[in-house]
Amino acid sequence: MIEINQLSYGYKRKQEALKSMDLSVGPGNICGLLGLNGAGKSTLLKAIAGLVTPHSGEIKTLGHPPYKRDPEFLREVVIITEEFTLPDFSVGKYIELYSPFYPRFNHTAFQRYLEEFQLTNDQKLTGLSYGQKKKFLLSFGLATDSKLVLLDEPTNGLDIPSKSQFRKVVANAVHDERTLIISTHQIRDMENLIDPIIILDQGKIIFYENLESITQKLSIRRTDILPKEGVIYHETYLGGYTILTENQSGEHTHMNLEILFNAVVGQKEKIQSVFNQQVNA
Amino acid sequence: MEFNDNQAIYLQIADLFCENILRKKWNPGDRIPSVREMAVDIEVNPNTVMRTFNYLQEKGIIYNKRGIGYFVSDNGFDKTRSLKKEDFINQELPRFFKMMELLNLNISDLESLHHSYLKSNSGI
Repeated sequence: MIEINQLSYGYKRKQEALKSMDLSVGPGNICGLLGLNGAGKSTLLKAIAGLVTPHSGEIKTLGHPPYKRDPEFLREVVIITEEFTLPDFSVGKYIELYSPFYPRFNHTAFQRYLEEFQLTNDQKLTGLSYGQKKKFLLSFGLATDSKLVLLDEPTNGLDIPSKSQFRKVVANAVHDERTLIISTHQIRDMENLIDPIIILDQGKIIFYENLESITQKLSIRRTDILPKEGVIYHETYLGGYTILTENQSGEHTHMNLEILFNAVVGQKEKIQSVFNQQVNA
Repeated sequence: MEFNDNQAIYLQIADLFCENILRKKWNPGDRIPSVREMAVDIEVNPNTVMRTFNYLQEKGIIYNKRGIGYFVSDNGFDKTRSLKKEDFINQELPRFFKMMELLNLNISDLESLHHSYLKSNSGI
């Protein structure tokens, strides 16, 4: 679905947000895009959607160079950015005007999402709160049945019940020919939803693995005493330790994404060597 | 569904399935909810639920009828029970024994506790 080779882009000269990046994403996934502030997550999503034009390198989204914004490409991609403006229409009017751009727009699904998020067709978009606007955009974006849905921090601004509704709606909306990429800091909102995990650091992808391979290769456990060897990363926890190690026992432990993320960002080389070494074996 | 911090999510979902089978909520021959239904219901990635289905299929607990869905195997109950028994012996019991040691409890203490438990509960 997405093929990126040696892609570079910067908002300013000399300051690249994406540095010679390589990435390949296939259909049927809910990818989690994680990274510190300024790591390049939003820029990457924008490059995939064709909102920014790369300085060098190659990018193909659904077989198209996205920055050319071909109509056949645009009707298969939806991006919901963190900041947006909505026109002064009602929900119903917006759907009437914008849904025809998407050949498989599913009106039944849209009404179901609206109901799930407690929105109605006669509400004015400009009169909605930030969280409600976001829920409206999510409903619209998922109902398009576009092959690619890019979500930048989708759960920011959502109230407590909406986060659970969000997970339900997303779990229902993905299918074999559709991929969602969700950039987020709200790791707990997404913990059991995103797979594979893509971690970006300073404009580069430093980690890209699916949960199956992560649970096969790494394990996270709690211990009273910090082992002298084999610990890749640890945090203190209630007087004991939460440790991340290579998976030696073959048991599949729960992957706490917060710990995984901190380990990948803090111990990049060690983590990479675990995954590379096993690939060659 | 409440998840714990110990086991991979797909295994925790498998536990939920096993419990449904052992409690006879799902009986041999019953069709179980689809991957998507389960994923929406427990708010997890459909791939994770698929992993649970594959795992339980490997264990012979459920089987797939192409295009129709997944069903509990004819001997699904017995297989579930032996799988859970194995898990209990390998995972729960060592923790339990460790705690007994810490609390200085012996087998005869347990026996009397178990006896009074059986009196007040009629089992599952």
